[in-house]
Amino acid sequence: MKTIVIGVIGADVHAVGNKIIDYTLVNSGYNVVNIGVLSSQEDFINAAIETDADLIMVSSLYGHGEIDCRGMREKCIESGLEDILLYVGGNIVVGKQEFNEVKEKFVDMGFDRVYPPGTSIDNALEDIKEDLGE
Amino acid sequence: MPNYLLVDFGSTFTKLCSVDIDAEKILGTSAHYTTVSEDISIGYNKALNLLYDKIGKKIEFDQVIACSSAAGGLKMAAIGLVEELTVEAAKRVCLGAGAKVDLVFSHHLTKNEVRRIIKEDIDIILLSGGSDGGNSENVIFNAILLGEMGIKIPIIYAGNKSAEDDIRDIFEKYDMDGYICDNVMPKINKLNPKCARKTIRNIFLKQIIEAKGIKKIESEIDRVILPTPNAVLQAAKLLSEGYMEEKGLGDIVLIDIGGATTDMYSICYATSRSDVIMHGLEEAFAKRTVEGDLGMRYSAPGIVKSLSEQEIAFINKEKNIDIVKEVNERYKNVHLLPHDERDEFIDQFLAEMCAYRSMNRHCGRIHEVITPMGKVFNQSGKDLTSVNYVIGTGGVVINSKKQKEILNQTTNILNDQTQLRPKDPDFLVDQLYILAPMGLLAQKDPRLALKLMKENLKELK
Ligand code: B12
Repeated sequence: MKTIVIGVIGADVHAVGNKIIDYTLVNSGYNVVNIGVLSSQEDFINAAIETDADLIMVSSLYGHGEIDCRGMREKCIESGLEDILLYVGGNIVVGKQEFNEVKEKFVDMGFDRVYPPGTSIDNALEDIKEDLGE
Repeated sequence: MPNYLLVDFGSTFTKLCSVDIDAEKILGTSAHYTTVSEDISIGYNKALNLLYDKIGKKIEFDQVIACSSAAGGLKMAAIGLVEELTVEAAKRVCLGAGAKVDLVFSHHLTKNEVRRIIKEDIDIILLSGGSDGGNSENVIFNAILLGEMGIKIPIIYAGNKSAEDDIRDIFEKYDMDGYICDNVMPKINKLNPKCARKTIRNIFLKQIIEAKGIKKIESEIDRVILPTPNAVLQAAKLLSEGYMEEKGLGDIVLIDIGGATTDMYSICYATSRSDVIMHGLEEAFAKRTVEGDLGMRYSAPGIVKSLSEQEIAFINKEKNIDIVKEVNERYKNVHLLPHDERDEFIDQFLAEMCAYRSMNRHCGRIHEVITPMGKVFNQSGKDLTSVNYVIGTGGVVINSKKQKEILNQTTNILNDQTQLRPKDPDFLVDQLYILAPMGLLAQKDPRLALKLMKENLKELK
């Protein structure tokens, strides 16, 4: 069974979407490690190391996603997780910025998949299946 | 008229406490230097004679039960994967079992680290790493290295369940003294101490007591059943929770300031509030932390080490004391007893520092997050703000003329809103040194142990 670490990054307390993601992924047959809201980059990475996770799925809803996610890929590499997949979604930046630019920024930061506002977790299931092979 | 004798073979003192079970009374207590390097029974018998003198006659005991922290206590190495997770979980399990955690290692062990395990005379290794179904590579690597380097002391494996079979094979292949337990952290941030703790205790009973020279005395006593800190933890838990119709004291903190360490125990849930979001590894209801660099004698230099030069200069000038010199003297002469006002002042100062600092490390932290719905709080560690009592024990507290000043250092004297220190507790002192003995008695007669604690702890006004 593939393991996915989920959580909401930074000082972000939006808890509802996190619960839905947990529920959806469990029902799709994944081992879900949910570290909840108010989680730091280190919390995600530590959980991924101990659980030998395949994918870290970061949620950011309150608009500070860019600041909160910066440097995360570098920390993963330092921690021996160079091959781990990183996804990010929610409302990752403030307001309605041009999404292609936003996406490019996050891809540059080392994220494998970046989702625009309004993408529900169901839309991402295909990608997960493709990336994880199950 | 059955009498019990409860014995605590401490690192410095062997302490006795006799209890009349029918009359529900403490008959007397006594203490003598522990004589573990020659023959532990010498100090024990001297303490026993002192006890007879106090009681006024020689009496028979139906049961003699002991706990021990002699000969360095139970020395453990805690090994895990990530520092904040399985390393911390392993460390907490060791501390909760009453051990001293002399070595803590994360990720892949190095040969040098394994050499230190051998050199520092570790009694038991707790090897963990990986949540269940998670990382196996690290624990397997570490087990093989320990095997290859010829480690023969007991090793408890309490890591990822999925690696259990491999670990068993490694234990067999290298002819190691291995034990398999449930994972100390089966899920992220979930602490599961029971199985490992029980195994530590069994190994302590079976092997460690003998190695510490306490076996010699076994003809005279019935059983050594616990490491001393574990007896104290059980006493504290009983005192907090109560037993049947005998009410407990509710949430409490206990501080034991010794020569080499300051031990702190808190008996309460991590939080009782609904507006906080908890962070990090789950907290135990009965938690023990040990500060190996905070102590009155052997560890006194550690206290001064963390003072700034300015602070040292201030103390030196204000009180005309060369604090660095004084501390080094205490380090060299661990049996030093204060004999004038100046010595007393220095011991008082050191004790207050131990109390303040150990609480810094034991208590939880809280930070505000503002939302339009009002404030939300992000908490890590335990919230001790509403504990009812702070209880002090250890020679320096018991002998101090200003006991309250020491214990008060555990409260939020600097008004730091981020620290969850006790707010307005009452203070008790274990004036007769009965906490460890009552932890032992609690194994047989919890109600009586609780009653005697409640009667004999001294309230500070
Ligand atoms: C409820 C709510 C709150 C509640 C949260 C209560 C709680 N504890 O959960 C409260 C009142 C506390 C709150 C506070 C704030 N909020 Co608010 N909040 C909302 C609101 C109305 C609904 C959120 C919700 O629960 N949605 C339902 C769930 C199911 O959807 P979701 O969270 O979007 O999650 C789904 C998807 O996003 C997706 N998803 C999420 N993560 C990921 C990750 C990946 C990889 C993928 C594929 C998908 C995915 O899947 C989820 C499930 O389907 C939204 C507006 C909205 N309609 O979305 C604003 C909103 C999120 N909040 C917003 C803001 C600005 C704030 C505050 C900063 C307001 C302030 N000025 O103080 C604070 C920040 C607090 C903090 N520190 O986090 C903005 C964010 C704007 C932005 N990013 O540009 C929003 C969008 C409102 C708006 N339009 O302005 N908020």
